[in-house]
Amino acid sequence: MSFDVERARRDFPILSQTVRGKPLVFLDSGASAQKPRAVIDAMVRCMEERYANVHRGAYFLSEAATEAYEAARGAVARFINAADPREVIFTSNSTMAINLVAHSWGRGVLKPGQAVLISEMEHHANLVPWQMLRDEGRGIELRIARVTDAGELDMDDVAAKLADGKVGLVAITHMSNVLGTVTPAERLVRMAHEAGAKILFDGSQAAVHRRVDMQALGADFYVFTGHKLYGPTGIGVLWARLEHQERMPPFLGGGDMISMVTLDRVEFAPPPAKFEAGTPPIVEAVGLHAAVAYVSAIGMAAVEAHERALVDHAMRRLSDIEGLGLLGRAQDRGGVFAFSLDNAHPHDLATLLDRAGIAVRAGRHCAEPLHARFGVEGGTVRASFGLYTTEGEIDYLAEALTKAREFFA
Amino acid sequence: MFDDLRDLYQEVILDHGRKPRNFRRLEDADRTARGDNPMCGDRLELFVKLGPDGAIADAAFQGRGCAISTASASLLTETVKGKTLEQAHALSDQFRALAMTGTCPDCGEALSEEMERLQPLSGVHEFPSRVKCATLAWHTLNAALDGAKEASSE
Ligand SMILES: Cc1ncc(COP(=O)(O)O)c(C=O)c1O
Repeated sequence: MSFDVERARRDFPILSQTVRGKPLVFLDSGASAQKPRAVIDAMVRCMEERYANVHRGAYFLSEAATEAYEAARGAVARFINAADPREVIFTSNSTMAINLVAHSWGRGVLKPGQAVLISEMEHHANLVPWQMLRDEGRGIELRIARVTDAGELDMDDVAAKLADGKVGLVAITHMSNVLGTVTPAERLVRMAHEAGAKILFDGSQAAVHRRVDMQALGADFYVFTGHKLYGPTGIGVLWARLEHQERMPPFLGGGDMISMVTLDRVEFAPPPAKFEAGTPPIVEAVGLHAAVAYVSAIGMAAVEAHERALVDHAMRRLSDIEGLGLLGRAQDRGGVFAFSLDNAHPHDLATLLDRAGIAVRAGRHCAEPLHARFGVEGGTVRASFGLYTTEGEIDYLAEALTKAREFFA
Repeated sequence: MFDDLRDLYQEVILDHGRKPRNFRRLEDADRTARGDNPMCGDRLELFVKLGPDGAIADAAFQGRGCAISTASASLLTETVKGKTLEQAHALSDQFRALAMTGTCPDCGEALSEEMERLQPLSGVHEFPSRVKCATLAWHTLNAALDGAKEASSE
Protein backbone atom coordinates (compact mmCIF):
# COMPACT_ATOMS: atom_id res chain seq x y z
CA MET A 1 0.00 0.00 0.00
CA SER A 2 1.58 3.24 -1.02
CA PHE A 3 1.35 6.36 1.06
CA ASP A 4 -0.81 9.16 -0.30
CA VAL A 5 0.42 12.40 1.25
CA GLU A 6 -2.45 14.50 -0.09
CA ARG A 7 -4.92 12.15 1.53
CA ALA A 8 -3.01 12.23 4.80
CA ARG A 9 -3.00 16.03 4.75
CA ARG A 10 -6.78 16.02 4.80
CA ASP A 11 -6.59 14.27 8.18
CA PHE A 12 -4.99 17.38 9.73
CA PRO A 13 -7.58 20.16 10.06
CA ILE A 14 -5.02 22.89 10.70
CA LEU A 15 -3.27 22.37 7.37
CA SER A 16 -6.14 23.83 5.38
CA GLN A 17 -5.52 27.21 7.00
CA THR A 18 -4.07 30.24 5.34
CA VAL A 19 -1.51 32.38 7.12
CA ARG A 20 -1.13 36.01 6.10
CA GLY A 21 -3.18 35.19 3.03
CA LYS A 22 -0.94 32.30 1.96
CA PRO A 23 -1.47 28.57 2.39
CA LEU A 24 0.20 27.38 5.58
CA VAL A 25 3.51 25.62 4.98
CA PHE A 26 4.26 24.12 8.34
CA LEU A 27 7.92 23.19 8.59
CA ASP A 28 8.30 23.14 12.36
CA SER A 29 7.11 19.63 13.13
CA GLY A 30 10.41 18.91 14.88
CA ALA A 31 9.35 21.35 17.59
CA SER A 32 5.82 19.99 17.74
CA ALA A 33 3.71 18.19 15.19
CA GLN A 34 0.17 19.00 14.11
CA LYS A 35 -2.70 16.77 15.19
CA PRO A 36 -4.86 14.54 13.01
CA ARG A 37 -8.63 14.56 13.38
CA ALA A 38 -8.47 11.08 14.93
CA VAL A 39 -6.48 12.40 17.91
CA ILE A 40 -8.67 15.44 18.38
CA ASP A 41 -11.85 13.37 18.20
CA ALA A 42 -10.58 10.70 20.58
CA MET A 43 -9.76 13.31 23.21
CA VAL A 44 -13.09 15.08 22.83
CA ARG A 45 -14.93 11.76 23.00
CA CYS A 46 -13.03 10.83 26.16
CA MET A 47 -14.09 14.06 27.84
CA GLU A 48 -17.64 13.90 26.58
CA GLU A 49 -18.35 10.26 27.27
CA ARG A 50 -15.80 8.41 29.35
CA TYR A 51 -14.10 10.82 31.68
CA ALA A 52 -13.36 10.31 35.38
CA ASN A 53 -10.24 9.91 37.46
CA VAL A 54 -8.45 6.60 37.04
CA HIS A 55 -7.54 3.82 39.48
CA ARG A 56 -9.79 5.32 42.12
CA GLY A 57 -13.50 4.97 41.79
CA ALA A 58 -15.51 1.75 41.79
CA TYR A 59 -18.05 3.14 39.41
CA PHE A 60 -18.68 2.79 35.74
CA LEU A 61 -17.00 5.94 34.43
CA SER A 62 -13.88 5.57 36.52
CA GLU A 63 -13.53 1.98 35.45
CA ALA A 64 -14.00 2.98 31.82
CA ALA A 65 -11.39 5.74 32.12
CA THR A 66 -8.96 3.38 33.84
CA GLU A 67 -9.47 0.87 31.07
CA ALA A 68 -8.83 3.54 28.43
CA TYR A 69 -5.71 4.74 30.23
CA GLU A 70 -4.28 1.23 30.53
CA ALA A 71 -5.27 0.46 26.94
CA ALA A 72 -3.13 3.45 25.92
CA ARG A 73 -0.20 1.93 27.78
CA GLY A 74 -0.74 -1.31 25.92
CA ALA A 75 -0.95 0.47 22.57
CA VAL A 76 2.27 2.38 23.20
CA ALA A 77 3.97 -0.85 24.29
CA ARG A 78 2.93 -2.52 21.02
CA PHE A 79 3.97 0.56 19.02
CA ILE A 80 7.55 0.25 20.29
CA ASN A 81 7.41 -3.55 20.57
CA ALA A 82 8.04 -3.58 24.30
CA ALA A 83 8.06 -7.03 25.89
CA ASP A 84 5.62 -5.96 28.62
CA PRO A 85 3.25 -2.97 28.94
CA ARG A 86 4.55 -2.37 32.45
CA GLU A 87 7.79 -1.21 30.87
CA VAL A 88 5.90 1.90 29.70
CA ILE A 89 5.81 4.75 32.22
CA PHE A 90 3.72 7.77 31.31
CA THR A 91 5.38 11.11 32.07
CA SER A 92 4.50 14.61 30.96
CA ASN A 93 7.11 14.79 28.18
CA SER A 94 10.63 13.68 27.23
CA THR A 95 12.17 16.22 29.56
CA MET A 96 10.39 14.75 32.56
CA ALA A 97 11.23 11.21 31.46
CA ILE A 98 14.96 12.01 31.35
CA ASN A 99 14.78 13.87 34.64
CA LEU A 100 13.05 10.85 36.16
CA VAL A 101 15.96 8.64 35.14
CA ALA A 102 18.53 11.21 36.28
CA HIS A 103 16.87 11.61 39.68
CA SER A 104 15.86 8.08 40.41
CA TRP A 105 18.36 5.87 38.63
CA GLY A 106 21.10 8.52 38.64
CA ARG A 107 20.85 9.12 42.39
CA GLY A 108 19.71 5.67 43.47
CA VAL A 109 21.73 3.27 41.37
CA LEU A 110 24.68 5.13 39.86
CA LYS A 111 27.69 5.09 42.21
CA PRO A 112 30.22 7.78 43.08
CA GLY A 113 33.18 7.47 40.73
CA GLN A 114 30.97 6.47 37.83
CA ALA A 115 30.32 8.62 34.79
CA VAL A 116 27.47 9.49 32.44
CA LEU A 117 28.38 9.73 28.75
CA ILE A 118 26.35 12.03 26.52
CA SER A 119 27.23 13.75 23.24
CA GLU A 120 27.73 17.24 21.87
CA MET A 121 24.51 17.04 19.92
CA GLU A 122 22.11 16.59 22.80
CA HIS A 123 18.99 18.67 23.23
CA HIS A 124 19.20 20.57 26.53
CA ALA A 125 16.69 18.02 27.90
CA ASN A 126 19.41 15.37 27.72
CA LEU A 127 22.20 17.66 28.89
CA VAL A 128 21.03 19.81 31.78
CA PRO A 129 19.67 16.96 34.00
CA TRP A 130 23.09 15.28 33.79
CA GLN A 131 24.94 18.54 34.49
CA MET A 132 22.74 18.94 37.57
CA LEU A 133 23.57 15.40 38.67
CA ARG A 134 27.28 16.06 38.12
CA ASP A 135 27.15 19.31 40.07
CA GLU A 136 25.54 17.79 43.15
CA GLY A 137 28.86 16.67 44.55
CA ARG A 138 28.04 12.95 44.42
CA GLY A 139 31.25 12.25 42.56
CA ILE A 140 29.50 11.56 39.28
CA GLU A 141 31.41 12.63 36.22
CA LEU A 142 29.89 13.84 32.95
CA ARG A 143 31.65 12.92 29.71
CA ILE A 144 30.74 14.36 26.36
CA ALA A 145 31.40 12.50 23.13
CA ARG A 146 32.37 14.64 20.17
CA VAL A 147 30.51 15.17 16.93
CA THR A 148 32.42 15.10 13.63
CA ASP A 149 32.38 17.96 11.12
CA ALA A 150 29.87 15.96 9.09
CA GLY A 151 27.58 16.04 12.10
CA GLU A 152 27.91 12.39 13.02
CA LEU A 153 28.70 10.93 16.39
CA ASP A 154 32.47 10.40 16.66
CA MET A 155 32.44 6.67 17.39
CA ASP A 156 36.16 6.53 18.12
CA ASP A 157 35.63 9.15 20.77
CA VAL A 158 32.69 7.19 22.19
CA ALA A 159 34.89 4.10 22.38
CA ALA A 160 37.72 6.04 24.01
CA LYS A 161 35.39 7.51 26.62
CA LEU A 162 33.98 4.07 27.44
CA ALA A 163 37.38 2.40 27.63
CA ASP A 164 38.13 2.73 31.35
CA GLY A 165 34.86 1.02 32.33
CA LYS A 166 33.79 3.90 34.57
CA VAL A 167 30.78 4.93 32.51
CA GLY A 168 27.62 3.70 34.22
CA LEU A 169 25.17 5.22 31.76
CA VAL A 170 25.31 6.28 28.13
CA ALA A 171 22.55 8.80 27.39
CA ILE A 172 22.46 9.72 23.73
CA THR A 173 20.03 11.08 21.22
CA HIS A 174 18.67 8.61 18.69
CA MET A 175 18.18 11.46 16.23
CA SER A 176 19.46 15.01 16.51
CA ASN A 177 16.83 17.74 16.50
CA VAL A 178 19.30 20.07 14.76
CA LEU A 179 21.50 18.00 12.48
CA GLY A 180 18.92 15.37 11.60
CA THR A 181 21.62 12.78 12.28
CA VAL A 182 20.38 9.33 13.24
CA THR A 183 22.89 7.71 15.58
CA PRO A 184 23.93 4.06 15.19
CA ALA A 185 21.74 2.85 18.02
CA GLU A 186 22.36 -0.93 17.83
CA ARG A 187 26.09 -0.38 17.76
CA LEU A 188 25.90 2.02 20.70
CA VAL A 189 23.93 -0.53 22.73
CA ARG A 190 26.59 -3.16 22.07
CA MET A 191 29.44 -0.81 22.95
CA ALA A 192 27.75 0.43 26.12
CA HIS A 193 26.93 -3.05 27.36
CA GLU A 194 30.40 -4.37 26.58
CA ALA A 195 31.79 -1.51 28.67
CA GLY A 196 29.45 -2.43 31.54
CA ALA A 197 27.22 0.63 31.06
CA LYS A 198 23.46 0.95 30.70
CA ILE A 199 22.11 2.98 27.81
CA LEU A 200 19.30 5.51 27.43
CA PHE A 201 18.13 6.92 24.13
CA ASP A 202 16.45 10.25 23.68
CA GLY A 203 14.04 9.15 20.99
CA SER A 204 12.05 12.40 20.90
CA GLN A 205 12.79 12.81 17.20
CA ALA A 206 13.60 9.26 16.14
CA ALA A 207 10.37 7.66 17.33
CA VAL A 208 8.45 9.99 15.02
CA HIS A 209 10.38 9.14 11.92
CA ARG A 210 11.19 5.47 12.20
CA ARG A 211 9.92 2.28 13.65
CA VAL A 212 11.62 1.72 16.97
CA ASP A 213 11.63 -1.77 18.41
CA MET A 214 12.55 -2.14 22.06
CA GLN A 215 13.05 -5.90 21.93
CA ALA A 216 15.31 -5.68 18.88
CA LEU A 217 17.26 -2.67 20.13
CA GLY A 218 18.02 -4.06 23.58
CA ALA A 219 18.57 -0.69 25.26
CA ASP A 220 17.84 0.01 28.93
CA PHE A 221 15.81 3.22 28.74
CA TYR A 222 14.10 4.96 25.82
CA VAL A 223 12.17 8.22 25.99
CA PHE A 224 9.89 10.11 23.64
CA THR A 225 7.24 12.78 23.79
CA GLY A 226 3.63 12.66 22.61
CA HIS A 227 3.30 16.05 20.99
CA LYS A 228 5.95 15.40 18.35
CA LEU A 229 4.30 12.11 17.46
CA TYR A 230 1.06 13.80 16.30
CA GLY A 231 -0.33 13.35 19.80
CA PRO A 232 -1.22 15.90 22.47
CA THR A 233 1.06 17.92 24.70
CA GLY A 234 1.34 16.89 28.34
CA ILE A 235 2.24 13.26 27.82
CA GLY A 236 5.56 11.54 27.30
CA VAL A 237 6.91 8.04 27.61
CA LEU A 238 9.74 6.49 29.54
CA TRP A 239 10.32 2.93 28.48
CA ALA A 240 12.41 1.19 31.14
CA ARG A 241 13.20 -2.46 31.71
CA LEU A 242 11.36 -3.86 34.71
CA GLU A 243 14.60 -4.96 36.36
CA HIS A 244 15.72 -1.30 36.36
CA GLN A 245 12.36 -0.07 37.58
CA GLU A 246 12.54 -2.52 40.50
CA ARG A 247 15.88 -1.10 41.61
CA MET A 248 14.94 2.55 41.12
CA PRO A 249 13.63 4.60 44.04
CA PRO A 250 10.45 6.58 43.30
CA PHE A 251 10.85 10.01 41.73
CA LEU A 252 7.81 11.97 42.92
CA GLY A 253 5.77 10.98 45.95
CA GLY A 254 2.00 11.20 46.22
CA GLY A 255 -1.20 9.44 45.32
CA ASP A 256 -1.35 6.47 42.96
CA MET A 257 2.28 5.50 43.55
CA ILE A 258 1.81 3.75 46.89
CA SER A 259 0.39 0.37 47.80
CA MET A 260 0.03 1.08 51.49
CA VAL A 261 0.58 4.16 53.60
CA THR A 262 0.25 4.90 57.31
CA LEU A 263 1.53 7.99 59.05
CA ASP A 264 4.74 6.13 59.87
CA ARG A 265 5.33 3.96 56.89
CA VAL A 266 4.85 3.75 53.16
CA GLU A 267 5.07 0.93 50.70
CA PHE A 268 5.40 1.83 47.08
CA ALA A 269 3.25 0.47 44.33
CA PRO A 270 4.87 -1.93 41.88
CA PRO A 271 6.19 -0.55 38.57
CA PRO A 272 5.16 1.34 36.60
CA ALA A 273 2.65 2.91 39.04
CA LYS A 274 5.55 3.66 41.40
CA PHE A 275 6.67 6.32 38.92
CA GLU A 276 3.27 7.80 38.13
CA ALA A 277 2.48 9.88 41.18
CA GLY A 278 -0.68 11.95 41.14
CA THR A 279 -3.50 12.05 38.61
CA PRO A 280 -1.92 11.11 35.30
CA PRO A 281 -2.54 12.71 31.90
CA ILE A 282 -5.70 10.70 31.23
CA VAL A 283 -7.14 12.53 28.24
CA GLU A 284 -3.63 12.90 26.83
CA ALA A 285 -3.04 9.15 27.11
CA VAL A 286 -6.20 8.58 25.10
CA GLY A 287 -4.91 11.10 22.55
CA LEU A 288 -1.52 9.40 22.38
CA HIS A 289 -3.26 6.07 21.87
CA ALA A 290 -5.10 7.54 18.90
CA ALA A 291 -1.86 9.02 17.57
CA VAL A 292 0.06 5.75 17.61
CA ALA A 293 -2.97 4.03 16.09
CA TYR A 294 -3.02 6.68 13.37
CA VAL A 295 0.65 6.37 12.41
CA SER A 296 0.51 2.59 12.74
CA ALA A 297 -2.39 2.47 10.29
CA ILE A 298 -0.29 4.42 7.79
CA GLY A 299 2.66 2.24 8.75
CA MET A 300 5.96 3.48 10.10
CA ALA A 301 7.70 1.94 7.08
CA ALA A 302 5.60 4.13 4.77
CA VAL A 303 6.25 7.20 6.97
CA GLU A 304 9.96 6.49 6.82
CA ALA A 305 9.97 5.95 3.05
CA HIS A 306 8.05 9.18 2.47
CA GLU A 307 10.49 11.03 4.64
CA ARG A 308 13.52 9.54 2.93
CA ALA A 309 12.23 10.88 -0.37
CA LEU A 310 11.67 14.30 1.23
CA VAL A 311 15.18 14.31 2.69
CA ASP A 312 16.75 13.51 -0.68
CA HIS A 313 14.65 16.18 -2.35
CA ALA A 314 15.47 18.79 0.30
CA MET A 315 19.16 17.93 0.13
CA ARG A 316 19.14 18.63 -3.62
CA ARG A 317 17.05 21.79 -3.42
CA LEU A 318 18.89 23.34 -0.48
CA SER A 319 22.33 22.52 -1.92
CA ASP A 320 21.40 24.59 -4.98
CA ILE A 321 20.92 27.76 -2.99
CA GLU A 322 23.89 30.07 -3.07
CA GLY A 323 25.19 31.11 0.31
CA LEU A 324 23.25 28.49 2.22
CA GLY A 325 25.25 26.62 4.84
CA LEU A 326 23.77 23.39 6.07
CA LEU A 327 24.63 22.13 9.54
CA GLY A 328 25.56 18.48 9.33
CA ARG A 329 25.67 16.16 6.38
CA ALA A 330 25.26 12.81 8.04
CA GLN A 331 24.79 9.71 5.90
CA ASP A 332 21.89 8.50 7.96
CA ARG A 333 19.54 11.38 8.62
CA GLY A 334 15.94 12.34 9.10
CA GLY A 335 13.85 15.28 8.00
CA VAL A 336 15.43 18.05 10.02
CA PHE A 337 17.53 20.72 8.30
CA ALA A 338 19.26 23.52 10.17
CA PHE A 339 21.01 26.12 8.04
CA SER A 340 22.25 29.65 7.80
CA LEU A 341 22.16 32.02 4.86
CA ASP A 342 25.26 34.13 4.32
CA ASN A 343 23.63 37.55 4.29
CA ALA A 344 20.58 37.04 6.48
CA HIS A 345 20.34 36.58 10.23
CA PRO A 346 18.15 33.60 11.21
CA HIS A 347 15.51 35.84 12.80
CA ASP A 348 15.25 38.11 9.81
CA LEU A 349 14.98 35.06 7.62
CA ALA A 350 12.25 33.51 9.76
CA THR A 351 10.27 36.76 9.61
CA LEU A 352 10.52 36.77 5.83
CA LEU A 353 9.53 33.13 5.52
CA ASP A 354 6.59 33.76 7.83
CA ARG A 355 5.37 36.36 5.36
CA ALA A 356 5.36 33.66 2.74
CA GLY A 357 3.24 31.46 5.02
CA ILE A 358 6.20 29.26 5.96
CA ALA A 359 6.59 28.32 9.63
CA VAL A 360 10.20 27.58 10.54
CA ARG A 361 12.08 27.94 13.76
CA ALA A 362 14.99 30.36 14.23
CA GLY A 363 17.45 30.18 17.08
CA ARG A 364 19.53 27.50 18.67
CA HIS A 365 16.80 24.90 19.06
CA CYS A 366 17.66 24.03 22.66
CA ALA A 367 21.13 22.94 21.55
CA GLU A 368 23.45 25.82 22.35
CA PRO A 369 26.64 23.78 22.76
CA LEU A 370 26.06 22.20 19.36
CA HIS A 371 25.70 25.60 17.69
CA ALA A 372 28.92 26.69 19.39
CA ARG A 373 30.58 23.51 18.11
CA PHE A 374 29.71 24.50 14.55
CA GLY A 375 30.60 28.17 15.06
CA VAL A 376 27.05 29.48 14.61
CA GLU A 377 26.44 31.02 18.04
CA GLY A 378 23.88 33.34 16.51
CA GLY A 379 21.70 30.36 15.67
CA THR A 380 20.24 28.79 12.55
CA VAL A 381 16.94 28.45 10.82
CA ARG A 382 15.45 24.98 11.04
CA ALA A 383 12.98 23.37 8.69
CA SER A 384 11.64 20.07 9.95
CA PHE A 385 9.22 17.73 8.24
CA GLY A 386 6.21 15.71 9.25
CA LEU A 387 4.40 12.93 7.46
CA TYR A 388 2.20 15.61 5.84
CA THR A 389 5.13 17.52 4.32
CA THR A 390 5.24 17.56 0.52
CA GLU A 391 7.99 18.01 -2.05
CA GLY A 392 6.03 21.01 -3.30
CA GLU A 393 6.42 22.66 0.10
CA ILE A 394 10.17 22.09 -0.01
CA ASP A 395 10.30 23.65 -3.49
CA TYR A 396 8.37 26.62 -2.16
CA LEU A 397 10.81 26.94 0.76
CA ALA A 398 13.75 26.87 -1.65
CA GLU A 399 12.16 29.54 -3.81
CA ALA A 400 11.47 31.72 -0.76
CA LEU A 401 15.06 31.33 0.45
CA THR A 402 16.41 32.40 -2.90
CA LYS A 403 14.18 35.47 -2.87
CA ALA A 404 15.10 36.21 0.75
CA ARG A 405 18.74 36.28 -0.21
CA GLU A 406 17.96 38.83 -2.91
CA PHE A 407 15.95 40.85 -0.41
CA PHE A 408 18.94 41.24 1.90
CA ALA A 409 21.51 41.67 -0.90
CA MET B 1 6.97 37.67 -2.28
CA PHE B 2 8.24 39.99 0.44
CA ASP B 3 7.20 43.41 -0.82
CA ASP B 4 4.98 44.18 2.15
CA LEU B 5 7.99 43.64 4.42
CA ARG B 6 9.57 46.84 3.14
CA ASP B 7 7.74 48.59 5.98
CA LEU B 8 9.66 46.58 8.51
CA TYR B 9 12.92 46.41 6.60
CA GLN B 10 13.18 49.95 5.37
CA GLU B 11 16.30 50.88 3.43
CA VAL B 12 17.71 52.71 6.47
CA ILE B 13 17.45 49.54 8.54
CA LEU B 14 18.98 47.29 5.93
CA ASP B 15 21.78 49.81 5.50
CA HIS B 16 22.54 50.12 9.23
CA GLY B 17 22.14 46.37 9.57
CA ARG B 18 24.73 45.73 6.91
CA LYS B 19 27.07 48.57 7.82
CA PRO B 20 26.56 49.42 11.48
CA ARG B 21 27.95 52.81 12.51
CA ASN B 22 30.18 53.15 15.57
CA PHE B 23 30.76 49.42 15.54
CA ARG B 24 33.85 49.27 17.74
CA ARG B 25 35.04 49.11 21.30
CA LEU B 26 35.58 52.34 23.20
CA GLU B 27 38.60 51.48 25.30
CA ASP B 28 38.21 54.55 27.51
CA ALA B 29 34.45 54.27 27.97
CA ASP B 30 33.00 55.63 31.21
CA ARG B 31 29.94 53.40 31.08
CA THR B 32 29.52 49.99 29.51
CA ALA B 33 26.89 47.27 29.68
CA ARG B 34 26.14 43.99 28.00
CA GLY B 35 22.77 43.24 26.52
CA ASP B 36 21.56 39.74 26.03
CA ASN B 37 18.50 38.27 24.42
CA PRO B 38 18.75 34.66 25.55
CA MET B 39 15.74 33.70 23.47
CA CYS B 40 17.43 34.37 20.15
CA GLY B 41 21.10 34.62 21.03
CA ASP B 42 21.50 38.29 20.20
CA ARG B 43 24.21 39.85 22.26
CA LEU B 44 25.80 43.26 22.33
CA GLU B 45 28.12 45.40 24.35
CA LEU B 46 27.52 49.12 24.55
CA PHE B 47 30.14 51.76 25.36
CA VAL B 48 29.44 55.31 26.45
CA LYS B 49 32.03 58.05 26.88
CA LEU B 50 31.07 61.14 28.83
CA GLY B 51 32.41 64.60 28.11
CA PRO B 52 33.63 67.14 30.70
CA ASP B 53 30.10 68.63 30.78
CA GLY B 54 28.65 65.22 31.72
CA ALA B 55 26.92 64.78 28.36
CA ILE B 56 27.50 61.80 26.09
CA ALA B 57 30.60 62.53 24.02
CA ASP B 58 30.76 59.23 22.21
CA ALA B 59 28.88 55.94 21.99
CA ALA B 60 29.76 52.70 20.28
CA PHE B 61 28.79 49.02 20.32
CA GLN B 62 29.91 45.57 19.39
CA GLY B 63 28.13 42.28 19.16
CA ARG B 64 26.00 40.13 16.94
CA GLY B 65 22.37 40.22 16.12
CA CYS B 66 19.76 40.40 13.43
CA ALA B 67 19.34 43.32 11.04
CA ILE B 68 16.81 44.96 13.34
CA SER B 69 18.80 44.76 16.56
CA THR B 70 22.00 45.82 14.79
CA ALA B 71 20.32 48.75 13.06
CA SER B 72 18.68 49.80 16.30
CA ALA B 73 22.02 49.77 18.15
CA SER B 74 23.69 51.62 15.30
CA LEU B 75 21.03 54.33 15.23
CA LEU B 76 21.18 54.54 19.00
CA THR B 77 24.89 55.35 19.02
CA GLU B 78 24.26 58.12 16.51
CA THR B 79 21.29 59.68 18.22
CA VAL B 80 22.53 59.72 21.81
CA LYS B 81 25.73 61.55 21.00
CA GLY B 82 25.68 65.02 22.56
CA LYS B 83 22.72 64.21 24.81
CA THR B 84 22.71 64.65 28.56
CA LEU B 85 22.06 61.50 30.57
CA GLU B 86 18.55 62.71 31.28
CA GLN B 87 17.84 63.28 27.62
CA ALA B 88 19.24 59.84 26.79
CA HIS B 89 16.94 58.22 29.33
CA ALA B 90 13.97 60.11 27.96
CA LEU B 91 14.87 59.11 24.42
CA SER B 92 15.10 55.49 25.50
CA ASP B 93 11.63 55.58 27.07
CA GLN B 94 10.15 57.24 24.02
CA PHE B 95 11.79 54.82 21.64
CA ARG B 96 10.49 51.82 23.51
CA ALA B 97 6.97 53.23 23.35
CA LEU B 98 7.43 53.69 19.61
CA ALA B 99 8.69 50.15 19.09
CA MET B 100 5.88 48.60 21.09
CA THR B 101 2.95 50.61 19.77
CA GLY B 102 4.11 52.25 16.56
CA THR B 103 3.37 55.69 17.93
CA CYS B 104 4.45 57.88 20.81
CA PRO B 105 1.56 60.12 21.88
CA ASP B 106 3.50 61.38 24.90
CA CYS B 107 6.53 62.41 22.86
CA GLY B 108 6.96 66.14 23.15
CA GLU B 109 8.81 68.52 20.87
CA ALA B 110 12.04 68.25 22.85
CA LEU B 111 13.46 65.17 21.12
CA SER B 112 11.34 65.22 18.00
CA GLU B 113 14.28 65.37 15.61
CA GLU B 114 15.88 62.31 17.19
CA MET B 115 12.59 60.43 17.20
CA GLU B 116 12.22 61.23 13.53
CA ARG B 117 15.52 59.46 12.85
CA LEU B 118 14.34 56.40 14.77
CA GLN B 119 10.97 56.32 13.03
CA PRO B 120 12.01 53.61 10.51
CA LEU B 121 12.15 51.15 13.40
CA SER B 122 8.51 51.72 14.36
CA GLY B 123 7.43 48.97 11.95
CA VAL B 124 8.44 46.30 14.47
CA HIS B 125 5.37 46.90 16.57
CA GLU B 126 3.45 44.75 14.11
CA PHE B 127 5.82 41.86 14.78
CA PRO B 128 5.49 41.00 18.47
CA SER B 129 8.26 38.43 18.31
CA ARG B 130 10.65 41.07 16.94
CA VAL B 131 9.99 44.02 19.26
CA LYS B 132 12.70 42.79 21.61
CA CYS B 133 15.22 42.89 18.78
CA ALA B 134 14.64 46.62 18.43
CA THR B 135 14.62 47.39 22.15
CA LEU B 136 17.66 45.36 23.24
CA ALA B 137 20.17 48.15 22.62
CA TRP B 138 17.98 50.63 24.47
CA HIS B 139 17.60 48.36 27.50
CA THR B 140 21.36 48.06 27.45
CA LEU B 141 21.75 51.84 27.28
CA ASN B 142 19.59 52.21 30.39
CA ALA B 143 21.69 49.59 32.17
CA ALA B 144 24.89 51.38 31.19
CA LEU B 145 23.62 54.76 32.32
CA ASP B 146 22.32 53.30 35.60
CA GLY B 147 25.62 51.61 36.25
CA ALA B 148 24.29 48.06 35.84
CA LYS B 149 26.47 45.63 33.96
CA GLU B 150 23.87 43.50 32.28
CA ALA B 151 20.60 44.01 30.55
CA SER B 152 18.26 41.44 29.18
CA SER B 153 15.38 42.03 26.86
CA GLU B 154 13.56 39.03 28.30
C1 LIG C 1 15.90 15.53 20.70
C2 LIG C 1 14.93 16.13 21.67
N1 LIG C 1 14.99 15.79 22.97
C3 LIG C 1 14.14 16.28 23.87
C4 LIG C 1 13.16 17.17 23.52
C5 LIG C 1 12.25 17.70 24.58
O1 LIG C 1 10.94 17.32 24.39
P1 LIG C 1 9.83 17.89 25.40
O2 LIG C 1 9.96 19.38 25.35
O3 LIG C 1 8.55 17.41 24.88
O4 LIG C 1 10.17 17.35 26.74
C6 LIG C 1 13.07 17.58 22.18
C7 LIG C 1 12.06 18.55 21.72
O5 LIG C 1 12.02 19.70 22.02
C8 LIG C 1 13.98 17.05 21.25
O6 LIG C 1 13.93 17.41 19.95
